[in-house]
Amino acid sequence: MIEAVLVEGFVYGVLALGVFVSFRVLDFPDLTAEGAFPLGAAAGAALVGAGAHPAVAMCGALLAGALAGAATGAIYAALRVPSLLAGIVVMTGLWSVNLRVMGGRANVPLIARNPVMDAAYALAPAAPDWSAALFFGLVAACVVAALALFFSTEAGIALGALGDNEAVVVAAGSNPAVLRTAGVALSGALCGLSGGLAASYQGFADVNFGSGVVAAGLASVMVGEFLLRSNRIGAQLVRVVIGSIAFRAIMFAGRKYGYLVGMGPNDLRLVTAALVVGAVAAGRLRSGRSARKALGGTMARLGAGPAGVRAPDGPAPAPGGGPGVPPDGPRSGRLGGLR
Amino acid sequence: MIRVDGLTVVFNAGTQDERAALRDLSISVPKGQWVSLIGSNGAGKTTLLNAIAGSVPAAAGSIVLDGAERSGEPEYRRSRIVGRVRQDPSAGTAPEMTVLDNLALASRKGPRRLLPAKPAALRRELIGRLAELGMGLEDRAAENVSRLSGGQRQALALLMAAMTRPAVLLLDEHTAALDPRNADIVTELTRRFVRGYGLTALMVTHDMRRALAEGDRLVMMHEGTVVADLSGPEKAGSSVEGLVRMFRDVRGEEYAEDRDLLS
Repeated sequence: MIEAVLVEGFVYGVLALGVFVSFRVLDFPDLTAEGAFPLGAAAGAALVGAGAHPAVAMCGALLAGALAGAATGAIYAALRVPSLLAGIVVMTGLWSVNLRVMGGRANVPLIARNPVMDAAYALAPAAPDWSAALFFGLVAACVVAALALFFSTEAGIALGALGDNEAVVVAAGSNPAVLRTAGVALSGALCGLSGGLAASYQGFADVNFGSGVVAAGLASVMVGEFLLRSNRIGAQLVRVVIGSIAFRAIMFAGRKYGYLVGMGPNDLRLVTAALVVGAVAAGRLRSGRSARKALGGTMARLGAGPAGVRAPDGPAPAPGGGPGVPPDGPRSGRLGGLR
Repeated sequence: MIRVDGLTVVFNAGTQDERAALRDLSISVPKGQWVSLIGSNGAGKTTLLNAIAGSVPAAAGSIVLDGAERSGEPEYRRSRIVGRVRQDPSAGTAPEMTVLDNLALASRKGPRRLLPAKPAALRRELIGRLAELGMGLEDRAAENVSRLSGGQRQALALLMAAMTRPAVLLLDEHTAALDPRNADIVTELTRRFVRGYGLTALMVTHDMRRALAEGDRLVMMHEGTVVADLSGPEKAGSSVEGLVRMFRDVRGEEYAEDRDLLS
């Protein structure tokens, strides 16, 4: 039971990291994950079916997701449509692509050959469930470590700045469109890898795998933020995975004990939605500012158009607060860190 | 060096609200010169800076910076040789990143690499730069910029804009949002950077006293063109009252900017 929650938490934690990169780091509300996640599952299953090494299959899932993210980023950059629209278009198109990848079938079972799970169970054959938890925990730890390293590089810091104040990136002579597209591709890559891992764990890839994953990822990110406060990027990445485990535990409890309150598995989506709203509300109570940035900020972008470009000759707003008085913001940030 | 020739910028082109913010404007600033730009609201001072920086497109004319034609070049590319500080202290910094991350980002112009952003040597150098500001920021390098005061933020923004010794430094009323004490501090830092690095600077200001006190040259704009251009003894011999009188003579109308008269 705990093992299953841990495995799910780690597998979908990688997805939550992808959602974290787009929604939090880039301030780029995006639904690409709903297509990139099943694309990763389909690509992973197809590669496994073709006899590929499990590591190759997972790299394929990651690359496929990166392509999906890059497509969203490119559409956003080229057409200047809102990010949500770019993501919806890609997600919609990917449904057909995913069916193609799966050879026209809506569901591809991994019964004959499932090398990722073989490797997962091989770590400690005596306790296969714990072995799988350890395996996916190691995978999630590697992803977190790689991301933490990336966010300490020039490119990583610039990605964080891009979601915070694009003008600073422009002033540093970097092309914000290129950086943003790379960031959305990174988000897609994480979603794709998560999809590949999920297909292995579930034992099949399904064209409907992606339905609801953005909300689930967001809920994981927000539950993590509720549990742990930090402004360091490393801690924030770990926090996403912890949030994912907590979220999966809540879902698990809902599935197992939901009947006590007359709740079925079909009601879990409503719980997810309530969790997101509840996390935003809790954050708002804790600090007006962080909540505004939490979901309000990203959702406000819905109508704001790309990049929130200020009118060319618009008057600069006077800074709030008196001189010499530090603005009383919460002690949290983006990269070192992220709000 | 800056050479602007026949620059015209039109807002809302093709609509009923069409308005020429700059009309056939020409100005040449030799390397190392510090120019103060004054003029009433809507004179086109900020638009001129925006056009030079590349954040508004030119309808006609040429913009030569550091010896190369730049009109049409995207803003992020021009940023590699142009530093800019805006009026709003929060415009030039990423508030939810640390002071050090902001500086590290600004310390290198151009595409980002997959290399460590803050190697130990750079970290030491940046801390040293912060200490030179004399605002105690070297002890707050790990704090988010959002926790700094407006004056501290603007000093940081100025450092970020000037530290790479850009060929052109654009200052858009960068002390206007600060209290007098911080405005003096940032002005002093500006003098130190511009003179110390020999920067070519274009400074918009509403403060005529400061415009007369700082810089090598004073340019007055009105309705998108240059109406007066003073330097050397001409500038040295001018007073705020003299500027107001001159403005009236040139334009044949009252200079209706109370705050300029009062400042």
